[in-house]
Amino acid sequence: MSLVQALEVFKGRVMALNGDEAVAWAVKQSNVDVVAAYPITPQTIIVEKFSEFVADGEVHTEFVPVESEHSALSACVGAAAAGARVFTATASQGLALMWEILYVASGLRLPIVMAVVNRALSAPINIHCDHSDTMGARDSGWIQLYVEDSQEAYDTTIQAFKIAEHPDVLLPVMVNLDGFFLSHTLQNVNLLPDDVVKKFVGIRRPVKIYVPYLGREVPLALDGKTPITMGPLDLQDYYFEHKMHQVKAIENSRDVIMKVNEEYAELSGRSYGNGLVVPYGLDDAEVAIVVLGSAAGTVRYVIRRLRRRGVKIGMLRIRAFRPFPVNDVVKALKDVKVVCAMDRSLSFGALGGPLFNELRSAFYDEGSRPIILNYIYGLGGRDIPPSAVKVIVDELLNVAKTMEVKELVKYVGVRE
Amino acid sequence: MSELKGWRELPLGAVPLKFSTEFKTGDWRTFKPVIDEDKCVRCMLCWVYCPEPSILWDGVRISIDYRYCKGCGICARECPVNAIRMVPEG
Repeated sequence: MSLVQALEVFKGRVMALNGDEAVAWAVKQSNVDVVAAYPITPQTIIVEKFSEFVADGEVHTEFVPVESEHSALSACVGAAAAGARVFTATASQGLALMWEILYVASGLRLPIVMAVVNRALSAPINIHCDHSDTMGARDSGWIQLYVEDSQEAYDTTIQAFKIAEHPDVLLPVMVNLDGFFLSHTLQNVNLLPDDVVKKFVGIRRPVKIYVPYLGREVPLALDGKTPITMGPLDLQDYYFEHKMHQVKAIENSRDVIMKVNEEYAELSGRSYGNGLVVPYGLDDAEVAIVVLGSAAGTVRYVIRRLRRRGVKIGMLRIRAFRPFPVNDVVKALKDVKVVCAMDRSLSFGALGGPLFNELRSAFYDEGSRPIILNYIYGLGGRDIPPSAVKVIVDELLNVAKTMEVKELVKYVGVRE
Repeated sequence: MSELKGWRELPLGAVPLKFSTEFKTGDWRTFKPVIDEDKCVRCMLCWVYCPEPSILWDGVRISIDYRYCKGCGICARECPVNAIRMVPEG
């Protein structure tokens, strides 16, 4: 067996990877043209690992080690506008520094894929997991997919390119994985063979747009062949209309996320619910927990044990927070008596956390709707052990019995 | 305003509907640059510094395209021989 063949076998096998490495491998296989990134805990391993692939000549990617996250995303915007397939990764303060460029990327309809390794925001400084960083960016026009484990981080990163670049979508995608819980925790990850991934993601081909003053269709790319300007000044006359493009695109992305989830399942045998939501034990559930990210693993563990004792409890994991799968959520939870949203972030001054708000709003027009409660948990990486989930479940069951809500928003595991 | 297009008709990526040359920015001006032909040494620094394509060169002399000149005064400021004066409009 030649060395080349040996490497192929190696690439096709199960590897022990942490979440960050899993993302780096997915990017390596996805035929990415440009990566511009700046390291930040707990995302650093993604950038380190990927720069090794570049240094070893295993990818054709142009790697741009920029001096800040603002520059990282700016470089990605430029490269994506030129027609390249582009990836970057960040966390917490890094995402905060990218803020203004987030809106540029979505407004210019650039299909950039970014892994965000969820981490709390300063102050006080904290390097551990919560969802404050990406929840703050939930209105930036990016698609947001939250993953449960390292395998899903790998699978979703590959899918993200296909979703982002779909002609009906053309929006940037954030793949969100929980800092440390996933980013630094080893798991057996099934890698698809290189050529399978390569075929799945294909080559990025910029869509064609009709430009009135040229009187013909040209690629939406700064390719140097047909000079176009992207996103110059809009005033009261056209800005609103251009925002409607984004509204429509992110609505379109629901179907695309589901379709890509199905296509990927055919290749890999792995799928994540319908791509938007992942239900567990909801068929006969009286109470249910709605959750994002890695905590779903703990919740599922608790539910599995309780169901053996006949407790009718289920879980709905939201995989796509943007676009928010309103219809799927209502369909999945409409027959449940009591539902709680577990939020790993705060929206100071609001009635509960971001997930809670989406959930309650989704049910407002429904004739019969569950009681919906909010549990804020795990800020700054605070662990959410099965015992804490059990306490939540007991409270939900109690509310289901009495149909009486004493406290709408609760903070789990915080000391008085 | 009646010619404004609906969002379904617009190109993606906020690509403009018109050439930038169709936007006449000359009406923004409150001061207009006036070139003193006798002083001008044709160094072309005004052409380099002008943020709009408003400095014209016909091979012999420099002139200003007032359709686009916003009156920013950068040319007057940068002219090494003070050949450009900013004169109030109107």
